[in-house]
Amino acid sequence: MTAPAVCKADDIIAALSTVSDPELDEPITELGFVRSITFDDHGVIVHLRLPTAFCSPNFAYLMASDAQDALRMVDNIGSVDVLLDDHHDSQKINAGLAANAGYRGTFGEEAEESLAELRRTFLRKAHTAAMERCVEAQVKRTGMRLDEIHRLTLRDLPAGKQKTALLRRRVDIGLSICPSSRVVVDDAGRPLSPEAVPTRLRCAKSVRISMEGNAHFCRGLLATRYSDGGNTNTPQILDIRTTRRPA
Amino acid sequence: MYEKDGEKYFIVDGHVHIWDGRKSNQRNIHGQQFIDCFYDYHQNLSPEEYVWDFDSYAYYGSERFMKDVFVDGHVDHAIFQATLLSEFYHNGFGQTEEAFGLTQEHPDKLTYNHAYDPRHGEKGLEQLRRDAERMNLKGVKLYTAEWFGSSRGYKLDETWSRRYLEECIKLGITNIHVHKGPTIRPLDRDSFDVADVDKVATDYLELRFIVEHVGLPRLEDFCWIATQESNVYGGLAVAMPFIHSRPRYFAQIMGELLYWIGEDKILFGSDYALWTPKWLIEKFVDFQIPEDMTEYPPITAEQKKKILGLNAAALYDLEIPAEFATRETAGHDRVEVAAGAREAASL
Repeated sequence: MTAPAVCKADDIIAALSTVSDPELDEPITELGFVRSITFDDHGVIVHLRLPTAFCSPNFAYLMASDAQDALRMVDNIGSVDVLLDDHHDSQKINAGLAANAGYRGTFGEEAEESLAELRRTFLRKAHTAAMERCVEAQVKRTGMRLDEIHRLTLRDLPAGKQKTALLRRRVDIGLSICPSSRVVVDDAGRPLSPEAVPTRLRCAKSVRISMEGNAHFCRGLLATRYSDGGNTNTPQILDIRTTRRPA
Repeated sequence: MYEKDGEKYFIVDGHVHIWDGRKSNQRNIHGQQFIDCFYDYHQNLSPEEYVWDFDSYAYYGSERFMKDVFVDGHVDHAIFQATLLSEFYHNGFGQTEEAFGLTQEHPDKLTYNHAYDPRHGEKGLEQLRRDAERMNLKGVKLYTAEWFGSSRGYKLDETWSRRYLEECIKLGITNIHVHKGPTIRPLDRDSFDVADVDKVATDYLELRFIVEHVGLPRLEDFCWIATQESNVYGGLAVAMPFIHSRPRYFAQIMGELLYWIGEDKILFGSDYALWTPKWLIEKFVDFQIPEDMTEYPPITAEQKKKILGLNAAALYDLEIPAEFATRETAGHDRVEVAAGAREAASL
């Protein structure tokens, strides 16, 4: 028998908060996707939920398997079971996760490509949106001209949430976080000419608008779907361990 | 014709359905999940006074359709977009024959767009030829994420799909509507990107590709493609209701679309019965970009007229009242797009 979980609900939530919806670039804990956390004598069971039964299975699988990976890093957690509720592929995904079958093992012939490229696409978008947010704030703050933006470096950005977010996303896609790195770069991290900057920012803006809008949409649908109004940050926590151990 | 503040609007609703999502028509659990998902969209994004009860929503029939769209809804002409979903419903989700029958009764008011699935191979091609003749098709609606056996979707640039598109050219079916929208149930072949539209739009300049739901939630991918291809259009179905629940987000969508693809390539669609056209049209006519969003110019009445009807009328050769006849750029597929992008790039 696996050792019973001796970790705390806070540890579980902290681990789950490192998992993001790939398309929205927001943690599943803040989106209200974590439905419940149950401790039993074997370990921890986490139920996830999504805004509709027809959320794309590749995204659903990505989040559920990321959650499983994140939870397995928690000390003394015991067994880890992640279950996706009310999705049209719930059975398939849950069986695949339980068997550690991987994406292709779970979906068989339909999964022609690996999830790696999909994940990368969305990490790149997350970086693009974060970059645009920083530049827009900088332009507002300093009134810098469009033809000066190409010179902007990470050092020039004031410390804060937006900068931290940008740095994290640069790390995610393997870009330098050296303070003298240019802020406005292409997906490969190459600096852009003054002429190319406006178009890049214009595209980046539509990426950001798209992602923010989707997050509104998903929150709204989750609220409509579940009677708790999609109440975020508060998964139901159940402890049914027969032998309690001090944490 | 809708009239407000001395301005007249000829309205073409480019995206309507008569569907049957009732238990009696459901083949399996997915049939229930699908109509539930639609109902959540409806409840979440409609003004409270326009929310229906679930039973009316699951099936409303042609009488209610005519009243909601034409009597109460201000619409002059509406275009059915087929949604078959044969794997989920015994008699399909969209009611093909009922809708087609209505267009025969009211040819001045209604156009029927049918659907095909290239995975049906040669047999499907023959069916398409028969359908095109019987239904006098000017357009089709493709659901690239449709399930078929073990497959859960296809791409427009696959070999068989190309053969169907080439057949469309022969048959005079020039308007290819493609569902590229909210993520519903495809796998990695899915429509999470609109790149396949890019490829076929380049290869088949005789066809016009109307990307329904303007690619939401991947607006930027759509904008980028539509900017490069002269024959790519954007259908506003599902983007429209944000005008009520998220007006600032809606303003951003409109601002971006007008910037990237321009006023001649955006088409209104209510997606009835997801939403009824009445309130969408009224709110859109009253709509303006908020003053603090200085990055976008205000939307003019002329632009609204094109978006609400004149663009679609041009794509479908609909007869329009003489007073609008001089607006020749509407729906024009040679109009320069993303003029703003070029300006920005030349700074």
